[in-house]
Amino acid sequence: MSQQRIWIRGGRILDPAAERDEPGDVLIEGGVIVAVGTKLDASDAEVIDAKGAWIAPGFVDLHTHLREPGQEYKEDIASGGRSAVAGGFAAVACMANTHPVNDDPAMTDYIIDRAKQDSPARVYPIAAATRGLEGTEMTEMSALVDAGAVAFSDDGKTIMDGGVMRRILEYSRTVGKPVITHGEDRHLVAGGVVNEGPVSTKLGLPGNPAVAEVVLITRDLMLAELTGAHLHVAHVSTKGAVAAIRQARERGVHVTAEVTPHHLTLTDEALLGYDTNAKVAPPLRSAADVRACREGLVDGTIDAIATDHAPHAVHEKDLEFTEAPPGLIGFETAFPVVLDLVRSGELSPLELMRRLSTNPAKILDRPGGSLAIGAAANVAILDPDRSWTYDPAKGYSKSRNSPWAGHTLTGRAIATIVGGWLVYDVERGVLYP
Amino acid sequence: MIGRDLLGIEDLDRADIERILETAEHMREIGRRVIKKVPTLRGRTIVNLFFESSTRTKSSFEIAGKRLSADVINFAAAASSLKKAESILDTARNLEAMDLDAVVVRHAVAGVPKQIADVLSAPVINAGDGAHEHPTQALLDLLTVRREKGRIDGLTIAIVGDILHSRVARSNIYAFRKMGAEVRVAGPPQMIPAAIETLGVKAFTSLREAIDGVDVVMALRIQNERLTGTYLPSVREYSATYGIDREKLKFAKDDAIVMHPGPVNRGVELSHDLTDHRPGVILDQVRNGVAVRMAVLYLLSGRRQEGDPRVDLGSGEEK
Repeated sequence: MSQQRIWIRGGRILDPAAERDEPGDVLIEGGVIVAVGTKLDASDAEVIDAKGAWIAPGFVDLHTHLREPGQEYKEDIASGGRSAVAGGFAAVACMANTHPVNDDPAMTDYIIDRAKQDSPARVYPIAAATRGLEGTEMTEMSALVDAGAVAFSDDGKTIMDGGVMRRILEYSRTVGKPVITHGEDRHLVAGGVVNEGPVSTKLGLPGNPAVAEVVLITRDLMLAELTGAHLHVAHVSTKGAVAAIRQARERGVHVTAEVTPHHLTLTDEALLGYDTNAKVAPPLRSAADVRACREGLVDGTIDAIATDHAPHAVHEKDLEFTEAPPGLIGFETAFPVVLDLVRSGELSPLELMRRLSTNPAKILDRPGGSLAIGAAANVAILDPDRSWTYDPAKGYSKSRNSPWAGHTLTGRAIATIVGGWLVYDVERGVLYP
Repeated sequence: MIGRDLLGIEDLDRADIERILETAEHMREIGRRVIKKVPTLRGRTIVNLFFESSTRTKSSFEIAGKRLSADVINFAAAASSLKKAESILDTARNLEAMDLDAVVVRHAVAGVPKQIADVLSAPVINAGDGAHEHPTQALLDLLTVRREKGRIDGLTIAIVGDILHSRVARSNIYAFRKMGAEVRVAGPPQMIPAAIETLGVKAFTSLREAIDGVDVVMALRIQNERLTGTYLPSVREYSATYGIDREKLKFAKDDAIVMHPGPVNRGVELSHDLTDHRPGVILDQVRNGVAVRMAVLYLLSGRRQEGDPRVDLGSGEEK
């Protein structure tokens, strides 16, 4: 079966890889982009009308939880993949905290296999950095990379032993893949569930201090400097961490970083009504932290936007605030939420697309993030002006844990093409598989 | 604004508080009769939903409900569906189907009464949630101080001890400030919550400075598990530094009163000689607790009339 011939007509082409921002068409055939320009004619192709819309490389999400295997009641690779393409994501990297943990090449194989069958989005497994995410014994990085792992991380189970982290960073140089750190010093977090400050004091909930993140990220930046390894910092949330990363970059440390849509737009005040759907790790922070994260994203200290899509079932989020698991679902709301940075004038549309596609693809060393002729046809078609009311029950994720439920959002992915296939269309829904 | 529920003092304004205190004064009078029962809440069902063990507060609410002739049911956590891994909101939805007139909730985690109120149509009264609020405790403290001093306006009160983990401290900070008092807090720095000044109080690490010239000293109960380890080095060191005794009390006004939400760890928060210093005040807190809870039950559930299940007090929001 050969891929579709698709003619995307009359949109605004935003190709960060080519610094291109101009009106035009894109023609796709045989799974690749075959023409980009203004005077295309392909009347026999399937036509997608992109009038008023942006044509950008499909988004690449560096940080997601697809929950398969083991917690399919929250999400699986099929539902997660469908939700991803409905948000304009052509590829997603999934964290290793499945049951069993992805710390073994057979598990990496399994995930890739399931994704090929079930997911309209490309799925890139991130393998555990230590066996069982226990923070002690390192995993077989070389075999995992051969199986298809794109990076290594224990994510939420921060590696607290600095000696172990050092060895992992050193060894990662043999495979040339990034080690992703979830920077929270567990002892300083000490059970905190809300950013420590006026809000935690008012709510009477245990505070999680910003310094818990700054301390651990600073440690890991110093270890990256010592070892020369590629450290990727997950979901930066504090002013102090942004500053530490900026300084490390100036010293030439090989560091990249991501920030989530929620840490760019919501403060801890979103928790004043004890909404467990806004409980995330690291927690939502102060307005000054949000400002610093936005500045970091604009000035290049932070490379990419990643959702940290973390589905949890309704009955799990219906618990006491301290008991409810942290995390929110983010694929379908990411684009409208981060468009705030364009509306505010902080980022141009082209620069926003770079942080959603080109930069994360580069960090993972995977194709994507480009509309060059001959490139794999992963394309997001986005209407920046479309207003809609978000109802998670009508979305594709199995879970509903979103702080934006019921909100009217502006901006929506209207079509997504992966590998030359139109896999999502806002009117018809997910089309494949 | 007092609305359908009483979740915290933070939501009340001064007029609401005055109204509750006035009502409580009348309720105190009922407690002094031989027959301590009025028919006000006859036919109403009130559930005490205590997920955290409590003897005093639960009994106080139970007595309050019974003096108003309500049917009071105690729904203890051990006897509840919690052990069956049912979520708190499922428990609340089950209660909703029982057509209750008020639910009194205590839970070790902050926010649970609010989460329950979000799914219940009956009024929810917070009887203490984690380190968030304990509004009826603050109301009874206001009543006690007002009866002792004749006013709240212009007084200075020092709250001493583990402010970080204390719902009593937070509710009293709101309550005394709304009624025109100056509030200070004092305790070891690790037990003073971050950004406490945003609640409009001044924090002290020196007890002596904190109680200098105050009208009221309120000592908080310190939980045994926090007296050693990473919070505090030892009981002895805590009581030497932050325990209230006659010597330290000399810095307060001559007619200063000493309060404690109980139960008192004798010799820890208050010295032995002080627990006997005007013991009437601390016991009066208990007496006023029943009166204040009667007032709150009456104001929140007593005004619901047949066919009019959602009568609000004042201009509070409907849910």
